[in-house]
Amino acid sequence: MNIVNELENRIVFCDGGMGSLLQAGGLQPGELPGTWNVSHPEVLVKIHQEYLDAGADIVTTNTFGVDGLKYNEHTEYQLEPVIGAAVRNAKEAIRRSGKQAWVALDMGPTGKLLKPLGDLAFEEAYRLYSEVVTIGAREGADLVLIETMSDSYETKAAVLAAKEHCDLPVFVTVTFDERGKLLTGGSPASVVAMLEGLGVDALGMNCGLGPLQMKEILKDILAVSSIPVIVNPNAGLPRSEDGKTVYDIDAEAFAEAMGDIVKMGARMVGGCCGTTPEHIRRTVELCRGLEPVPVTKKHRTVISSFCQAVEIGGSPVIIGERINPTGKSKFKQALRDHNLEYILNEGVTQQDHGAHVLDVNVGLPEIDEPAMMEEVVRELQSIIDLPLQLDTSDPEAMERGLRVYNGKPLINSVNGKEESMRTVFPLVKKYGGVVVALTLDESGIPETAKGRVRIAEKIYRTAAEYGIGPEDILIDALCLTVSSDSRGALTTLETLRRVRDELHGKTVLGVSNISFGLPQREIINAAFFTMALQNGLSAAIINPNSEAMMRAYYSFRVLSDLDPQCRDYIGIYSGQTATLGASAVKGAGAGREGFGAAGSGVAGHGAADAGGNAGSADAGFGGLLGESIEKGLKEQAARAAAALLETRDALDVINEQVIPALDRVGKGFEQGTMFLPQLLMSAEAAKAAFEIIKERMQASGQTREKKGSIILATVKGDIHDIGKNIVKVLLENYSYDVIDLGKDVPPELIVQTAVEKKIRLVGLSALMTTTVPGMEETIRQLREASPETKVMVGGAVLTKEYAETMGADRYCRDAMASVNYAEEVLG
Amino acid sequence: MDKGTSWNWNDRELLRYLGHHGQEIPENVEQLIETCKRELEQTAVPRIICREYPLRIRDHEIDLTCFTTKSRSLERNLKDCERVLLFAATLGSRVDMLLQRYGRLQVSKAVVMQAAAVSMLETCCDEQNGALKEQYRQQGWYLRPRFSPGYGDFPLECQRGIFGALELNRRIGVMLTDSLLMTPSKSVTAVIGASRLPRDCTLQGCEACGKRDCLYRR
Repeated sequence: MNIVNELENRIVFCDGGMGSLLQAGGLQPGELPGTWNVSHPEVLVKIHQEYLDAGADIVTTNTFGVDGLKYNEHTEYQLEPVIGAAVRNAKEAIRRSGKQAWVALDMGPTGKLLKPLGDLAFEEAYRLYSEVVTIGAREGADLVLIETMSDSYETKAAVLAAKEHCDLPVFVTVTFDERGKLLTGGSPASVVAMLEGLGVDALGMNCGLGPLQMKEILKDILAVSSIPVIVNPNAGLPRSEDGKTVYDIDAEAFAEAMGDIVKMGARMVGGCCGTTPEHIRRTVELCRGLEPVPVTKKHRTVISSFCQAVEIGGSPVIIGERINPTGKSKFKQALRDHNLEYILNEGVTQQDHGAHVLDVNVGLPEIDEPAMMEEVVRELQSIIDLPLQLDTSDPEAMERGLRVYNGKPLINSVNGKEESMRTVFPLVKKYGGVVVALTLDESGIPETAKGRVRIAEKIYRTAAEYGIGPEDILIDALCLTVSSDSRGALTTLETLRRVRDELHGKTVLGVSNISFGLPQREIINAAFFTMALQNGLSAAIINPNSEAMMRAYYSFRVLSDLDPQCRDYIGIYSGQTATLGASAVKGAGAGREGFGAAGSGVAGHGAADAGGNAGSADAGFGGLLGESIEKGLKEQAARAAAALLETRDALDVINEQVIPALDRVGKGFEQGTMFLPQLLMSAEAAKAAFEIIKERMQASGQTREKKGSIILATVKGDIHDIGKNIVKVLLENYSYDVIDLGKDVPPELIVQTAVEKKIRLVGLSALMTTTVPGMEETIRQLREASPETKVMVGGAVLTKEYAETMGADRYCRDAMASVNYAEEVLG
Repeated sequence: MDKGTSWNWNDRELLRYLGHHGQEIPENVEQLIETCKRELEQTAVPRIICREYPLRIRDHEIDLTCFTTKSRSLERNLKDCERVLLFAATLGSRVDMLLQRYGRLQVSKAVVMQAAAVSMLETCCDEQNGALKEQYRQQGWYLRPRFSPGYGDFPLECQRGIFGALELNRRIGVMLTDSLLMTPSKSVTAVIGASRLPRDCTLQGCEACGKRDCLYRR
């Protein structure tokens, strides 16, 4: 009997804690429990047997924390025998018990934080889990239980590994804290969205809390989950007695709480830390006779990031459209230059203006789109907590993005063509996602709403054949330019209505298309946006930085009773004057859980920056530019530079205004009259001025000569890169071309880059004594392969003497010191 | 600088981490500092864990039950102590994400955010240690100042012992890299001695550290 079928029919019982029983059996502190599978198989068999006797249906292998990091060719015991013995011990216990039971191959966290915040690559985590699954499945495990997970990204790596290396059912339980959040920030809704998207067979929670604390969280999980829910709590909350951990709930109280949990709707229950066969026995006795609560489909249209779920179907959802090169020469240039900061900035700005989801389109004929998609998805999700919409017509780019995405994304798009559906639906099914479905097919775009509805129906039908429900499809009613078809808008609106009323489906539109070819497009866009919302639009792909669009959005929410007590509207607009200036609108609405309304970017320059355009005399602007840089006023510096360029040559502006101002600031910093934040704000103001100057020079075919290339890197083993980032900003202002290799950079990559590009200066940073060897090794290898290259080093633990011992050419105490040394070496 | 927030900010420390030595602070820098504080208040999820263990010191070997080590400075710190608390605190991974964001996009803000986060973490630890001190005092115990691996000659390798004993990965989501760095980065581990004997004057923080040319030394 398959365990998944069993779960459909009755309550299934899991076993309980393992660690404390092993300790009672003699496991020493610091000894790896997995080793006992091989060295003390009888102890393991006995523990499994006790749980089986207590009534457990599932015995969990003693493989928590067993992976290639702890068991490999350098350790006494290897991975294969340890896992093999674990499965055999569990099977032997079942054989001896004579009852029907299932062996769950247990996989827990690797104990490492994933990149970019930690040092374990997603692919490496995937590889570690793949090894465990391959061995466990071969040895005859009946299911895979991924448990105690506190990071959605690591969880995704484990699920992918399980699904791609065996056909066994996959169950996943994660650990919530008392606030109902994962330690990395995920919510029940975001976890359920991702796991159901990935197609796991059952999900739930274990560890961290006792059964009483889990009840509240269980309510949240049951409200959104469409598959069986597992609850394996600790025996209450832990406390320490003489260095030993004890838990505060006895078997009877535990069982009683578990009874409530089963009545609420959990389908599989057991225990975690501190629970014993007695806890399980009591639980089984009390819960065996309870009527299981049916598992129901929730039919929610929901996407997620690592930490928040966004539901589509209630308050309309804003999808920011700005990460897209179409018609944007600057964006195209950023893609060609691999200028990811530009793209990240577009993301942050849209979030600050109220986007709930970010569309990501990086397609450009001359770049490697799949690689770029993967990289941009990784980068965006490492600094922004909004869900993403992967927007590409290249299936490879789509899959690469889906694979590394941390959550359940929107996917843009599929359409009614057979080939499109055949290509896209398997990806949607495998990785999970809500897919945008364009109402066009082999015969083009139907002119009537009826024709578009018919295609929508076909798409729903075909999706169902792939096991994709209508809730995971957003019908794009298609928005054609009204200037070329005067009835275009009406057709779109009718389609929206009919999909909502006749098909009970969710819809999406790229709203801005409507005004193509017309002057003052925002006027038409905003009016059409309101009409579309009124006709049932569920999600809109728009420019959230457009004040007109967001006004339409927030007023629609008020007028449609979607903004209780007009709270969001008042919060945003009450501070504004009648002229409705260009102030930033902060995010609200659609149930965001993210960084909240805390702004970002260029916060706090407003008052001091206003009115910078006053005056017109050339000398006045010259003074103003220098002063703006010295004071660290970004916008004012940009404006002053623009005004100055009206009459002055770009190179003169740089040499007579910007550089002298930077020098004054640098001197002020060195003399101690200015401190670090001022130095950096000045550098950023200068950078803003340079951007304007660069544009002007490009327009007139000029270029600013670079003084040379410098490699910057935080050395292998070190993941603190703030010092390196500071140095980078300053060096760039002084016209050096910085090749930023990032953090945790292997010596080989630094050396290879230095040799290939004939680099004359390398800057290395290391923060900790434990990472200084990485620096030493890099210098050693550099000396060998590229003896001409100079090396400057910096970082908290370094000293001049230390740097000399390592063989560095210069120890840079602070950021200005690195600029000075660069001038010495490169001029 | 505080404007009625719930968090107890130590502005002097924050400025010290920024390398401030009495310079005039312009309005836009002050605004930036305030913005960073507000964002941290909304983003940080402080988590703390603390457990008590018996302590034995024999022939300079310090036995904290869950691991043993040799360190003259730790031994001095734990003089006359019979028990020891292992302590860990973190602001959570989302603070690292904020730092990452501004490290890429606005380094001035990253620098201020970094200083504010360190200050916040220190305050968080100080408040918790103060509460523990009071709690133990009532039972006749005197707590020593917290002492972290890496202070003096207290080996950084002891992080492994502390991480194992406190199960920091599972309990508060703090992990150790191969090079013994903590992730999330805004995290602290420490040992706190408990003695029956009061002792007032002990070196703490900068004064206990050997790096005398540090930019940030008090």
